[in-house]
Amino acid sequence: MPTKNLAGTPVDTNDEGYLVNRSQWNKDVAAALAAEEGITLTDGHWKVLDFIDADFKEKGAVPGMRRMNKVGNIPTKDLYALFPDGPIKKAAKISGYPKPVSCV
Amino acid sequence: MSDKIKKVSIVVSKGSLDGVYPGLIMGNGARMEGIEANIFFTFFGLYAVLKKYMGGIKIATVGNPAMRVPDAKGFPLPTILGAIPGMSAFATHMMNKEMDALDIPPIPEFIEMIHDAGGKLYACKATVDMFHLTPDDFCPQVEKVLTVGEFYELAGGGQIIFT
Repeated sequence: MPTKNLAGTPVDTNDEGYLVNRSQWNKDVAAALAAEEGITLTDGHWKVLDFIDADFKEKGAVPGMRRMNKVGNIPTKDLYALFPDGPIKKAAKISGYPKPVSCV
Repeated sequence: MSDKIKKVSIVVSKGSLDGVYPGLIMGNGARMEGIEANIFFTFFGLYAVLKKYMGGIKIATVGNPAMRVPDAKGFPLPTILGAIPGMSAFATHMMNKEMDALDIPPIPEFIEMIHDAGGKLYACKATVDMFHLTPDDFCPQVEKVLTVGEFYELAGGGQIIFT
């Protein structure tokens, strides 16, 4: 299990770079994870990350696209604009949660 | 890991629920992985992008030997019972409920989601001519009517998946 240093914090990740222990996550770690994906976090990104956090705590899973639309009020187009080429995977990774397991 | 797939072009040729969804799920799934996706609707698959009919796609309860009732591990549904009026609507209703619980969108919403995700939707020219369709019959997410030759051009450099 690789350990890396992100924003001055040592974090444990799996082979795909997802955090394995979310207690090691904080906003600076998020910014560092985003930078690895070439993303600079804005308020728009944080709306997504905060929704994933709240929804994961409620449901125990990273929300799929439809839940992001309907419950999170985040349109599909916005998600693809904010997190290009893999919106939910990237947003899940940056928010410190595991890789999404849903097909849709 | 082997070479990453960069582009897929999916042909949806069937107009039943189980004929349409796999192509949509694969197309949407491609976009979610950052893979370029084209979906080409042909023959009865075209009904998935016809404004007037796309919300009423049903599962076939006749001629499907894998069909079981009341659920996927129940008894095989004899063809003669599958033919009872309302059977197809009932099976469709049951399946839609299962899919809704999994957050798989209804077809019109799914088409919009794929379009908003940057997936491109096309209609087959031969079918459009054969069914006497006009641009007005299509949902607005359909990019263009293509000949098979244009489809191959568009699919160049990627994988083609026929469903």
